[in-house]
Amino acid sequence: MVTVDRTRGYRLFQGLNAVILTGVVIVTLYPVINIIARSLSDENAIRSGSVNLIPRGFTFQTYQYVASDPTFWINYRNTVVYTVVATLIAIILTTCYAYVLSKPKLKGRKALIWVAVFTMFFSGGLIPNYILISSLGLKDSIWAIVLPNAISVFNLLVMKAFFEGLPAELEEAAAIDGMNTYGILLRIVLPLSKAVLAAMVLFYAVAFWNSWFSAFLYMTQSDLFPVTVYLRNLIAGATSATSVGADATNMTVAANIKSVTIVLTLLPIVLIYPFVQRFFVSGVTLGAVKG
Amino acid sequence: MSATGTVDAPSDTQDRRKAPPAGRPRAGPTWRQALRRDWQLYSLAVLPLLFFAIFRYLPMIGNVIAFRKFEPGGSVLGEEWAGLRYVQMFLSDPTFWRVFTNTLVLGGLTLLFCFPMPIVLALLINEVRMRRFKRFVQSVSYLPHFLSMVVVAGLIMEMLSVDGPVNQIVRAVGGDAVAFMQEPGWFRTIYVSSEMWQTVGWGTILYLAALTTIDDQLYEAARMDGAGRWRQTWHVTLPGIRPTAVTLLILNIGAFMAVGFEKVLLLYNPLTYPTADVISTYLYRMGVVSNNFSYAAAIGLLEALIGLVLVLTANLISRRSVGTSLW
Repeated sequence: MVTVDRTRGYRLFQGLNAVILTGVVIVTLYPVINIIARSLSDENAIRSGSVNLIPRGFTFQTYQYVASDPTFWINYRNTVVYTVVATLIAIILTTCYAYVLSKPKLKGRKALIWVAVFTMFFSGGLIPNYILISSLGLKDSIWAIVLPNAISVFNLLVMKAFFEGLPAELEEAAAIDGMNTYGILLRIVLPLSKAVLAAMVLFYAVAFWNSWFSAFLYMTQSDLFPVTVYLRNLIAGATSATSVGADATNMTVAANIKSVTIVLTLLPIVLIYPFVQRFFVSGVTLGAVKG
Repeated sequence: MSATGTVDAPSDTQDRRKAPPAGRPRAGPTWRQALRRDWQLYSLAVLPLLFFAIFRYLPMIGNVIAFRKFEPGGSVLGEEWAGLRYVQMFLSDPTFWRVFTNTLVLGGLTLLFCFPMPIVLALLINEVRMRRFKRFVQSVSYLPHFLSMVVVAGLIMEMLSVDGPVNQIVRAVGGDAVAFMQEPGWFRTIYVSSEMWQTVGWGTILYLAALTTIDDQLYEAARMDGAGRWRQTWHVTLPGIRPTAVTLLILNIGAFMAVGFEKVLLLYNPLTYPTADVISTYLYRMGVVSNNFSYAAAIGLLEALIGLVLVLTANLISRRSVGTSLW
């Protein structure tokens, strides 16, 4: 750049900045590396407080132990099924509505947008939702997780902004060729929207993969739980036990088992994350430009 | 054939469907014409509208049970009017005021620490000249955003457990291990610092995007005027990201009342209730755990209304003073 950049003060700042940001990286990664180290250590080493960033008493047995619990795998499979079904439905509904909202000359468009946006700022709240889901008979079914979260207004606005940016001429030409709205959406618009669709699929999939509260609230049978609820119950078992007091040591789940379950739950996200990160970023910035 | 798009001429045949309510007297097509022309588009909106009606607006109506006596298993909308009984109940409930205060404190601290930090971090990242390092810092700092709240809670508990890294440091400097998760005095620190860990990196994205849109000529002009780095940051960079910052501030204020319900629920326990229990967790226990649905709904309604008022007020102030508005 310009000569100003080469002053001593600026070089000092650059050095300091690198140190600060390296610190940020370390602080961010520390808990994750620590949990991996714990998951590979034996229980006694953990209890003695000697496990930090490197596993002590290296063992793979805890993984084998957790993997031998059939409930863990059933719940893991549930998470996959819920995520796939919920993401599919969410994408279809969001795409349809975003496309409608992106048509500038559509009568009633403003009202349709407000129907969605208002729910960002005011919601019915936990109790009425709970009563609704219960009285619809959705408890203990996948639909209690899928349906109430089918459209995220934030994602909807991102998609709407993207559709609004597409050139109208292509659609007009297809319409003149006699293609109907559904055909235009499927064969003209969606093939042009792969980037935003990828971002949306990832947004929804990560949200559903990570979600636990709906399942925790609406599911009572352990063979229906997603793996996040399985993990929650492990963790909560620990805290409630310690608060009970006396018999705490017998009731707490071994620290290495908790660590392994945490690692196995976050693993898929951490593994795909480096490859898909750019889609997330583009999705967010897209929504902000016009949202 | 059916017509399509909003640019086409109306379709040929006479439409027999019932005329929708007449449009207001202004330019543009009537509802009847619009429906005939764009019915395929409207048809795409049917399922999403059903979703909003059932899962967003019905629960809003369901809030009437805040003013009606509700029996589990009885009518969804309650049995009989109870007036303001439940409102009076929580107004005279000391626990309510405790959780109300906790909500304000946690929300306030979160806003104070988690709103400005992304701006600072974005400015620092923006100054990095080494491409690779910059991208690495960004990738790493976004990561916590993608972890499940349950995983985050698990990480916090392991980090702070008696045998965890934090207590290893405490012991190394000669202190006694602290049972952090059982101490009411530590909860707010734990909550806010973990909140920063989760959100600050991801929060930089919008600022970094805004920073790239600032015109280089502005910097050049500032340099011509003899402005150094700091003054350039103060007079060019910060005004450049102000609209983004204001928008995010309004959104943050709107989320003020709903402070991390899931996280608090995962992290607190009866020992830490004095500082950890917030409105949303209290009404969860009142309603779902203890079956006092009307009472809990009354509290929830108040919480939602305060949230709505906060976001409207913040938006109004910002529109009047800096000209930035959410809509």
